[in-house]
Amino acid sequence: MAGSSAAPRVGVLALQGDVREHVALLSSLGADVVPVRRPSELASVDGLVLPGGESTVIDKLATTFGMRDPVRAAIADGLPVLGTCAGLILLAERIEDGIPGQRTFGGLDVTVRRNAFGSQLDSFETELDVPAIGPGPVRAAFIRAPVVSEMGPAARSLARLADGTVVAVEQGNLLGLSFHPEMTGESRFHRRFLDTVSTRTAD
Amino acid sequence: MTETSSSSETGSTRVKRGLAEMLKGGVIMDVVTPEQARIAEDAGAVAVMALERVPADIRAQGGVARMSDPDLIEAIIAEVSIPVMAKARIGHFVEAQVLQALDVDYIDESEVLSPADYVNHIDKWAFTVPFVCGATNLGEALRRINEGAAMIRSKGEAGTGDVSEATKHIRTIGAEVRALTALSKDELYVAAKELQAPYELVAEIAATGKLPVVLFTAGGVATPADAALMMQLGADGVFVGSGIFKSGNPEQRAAAIVKATTFFDDPAEITAASRGLGEAMVGINVADLAAPHRLAERGW
Repeated sequence: MAGSSAAPRVGVLALQGDVREHVALLSSLGADVVPVRRPSELASVDGLVLPGGESTVIDKLATTFGMRDPVRAAIADGLPVLGTCAGLILLAERIEDGIPGQRTFGGLDVTVRRNAFGSQLDSFETELDVPAIGPGPVRAAFIRAPVVSEMGPAARSLARLADGTVVAVEQGNLLGLSFHPEMTGESRFHRRFLDTVSTRTAD
Repeated sequence: MTETSSSSETGSTRVKRGLAEMLKGGVIMDVVTPEQARIAEDAGAVAVMALERVPADIRAQGGVARMSDPDLIEAIIAEVSIPVMAKARIGHFVEAQVLQALDVDYIDESEVLSPADYVNHIDKWAFTVPFVCGATNLGEALRRINEGAAMIRSKGEAGTGDVSEATKHIRTIGAEVRALTALSKDELYVAAKELQAPYELVAEIAATGKLPVVLFTAGGVATPADAALMMQLGADGVFVGSGIFKSGNPEQRAAAIVKATTFFDDPAEITAASRGLGEAMVGINVADLAAPHRLAERGW
């Protein structure tokens, strides 16, 4: 936006998961993208994507490699974050059906249920209406996906399945999705995230 | 990619390949009991492979190796919440039907088990559940993708603890992909003939410079450094079979291999992960194996 001349510098948490797809999509939108595995790399970015992957593994590796507290502090400080699938789980304040001891970074005032649709046989793709990002349906891939099972007052639903289940939420600078826009050529959520980053860095 | 209607769709190519995309940068561990599955999940495995005997025991005990007992697979599914894979014999589409009925997340049509068909592999398009298949070179990988495989793993030589075959196979696949990108369009027809692979897939790889599915590596990985070697050679992730539960301290070794896979390009982290792991699996040199006992040569 107005104040920033250079491309926004954003990170993708690169401990495990579909990091490459997010890096490619953000780069195609003109962002300067770096994989983030260390606190020093996190300190260098103005926004962070939490990719799809296995949430239990990302949680463990974040703890082991000293990323948990820096990511939590950055979120508390207002860092724009986009989370997809496992990333939504990691952004939730509360989880259901996690493994014993599983933790999240938190930030979104929601409860997220892990593997909410069942096994891989129940993974699916469908089309969603998401008015907040504009007209035209979103092709959404749900892969052993989580859902938002309970919404706190601070969070806003952006999209629901036909049965009313919430699958996209926003709260301040945080955006969490049950599905994978990075897999279906859907760039509007990433553009929205980059707009949030630009607005914040211009302040 | 199959791009069909706007309604909900399960078992699409994107959904099948997509689960493998989510496993990237991770370690998939062979387990033979629910207790081992729990250890694997606690150590940071992205998925477990449920089987009756690890490859080292199949090798030692001999006999026909088949799909696992459904009760065992169900017990492992009940124990963990990460994806559960299970192995079917090459060409044994009924074992695959059973595994799909058991609700496994991925089927490995595996040369580690005794082949059920020495001519045909399973028609993997016929299933909703995705498949991973082994390959020793690019042509073999593309034949499996053409049959519907949604993920490829380089074969290596399972159950040996000798990583040399895994190195050879991942290097071969990488070199053959790179070679295709250097060919002119009119040379791709002969390249497809020589690879014994469909022209459309060959042309796609020449254009993109990579396989259309995720490529893991397997077979002989036993240490954190082995796992990092595979990642530096271009693997998207690692299968560890006998290397964990045939070692002195499985919990610690499993966690160490996970760490080395994440920080595969950082020698300091690999060094830290390699300390104090106790005994690695004893292992067999592949060069000492008589040809009929080489599992990687099963499948074609």
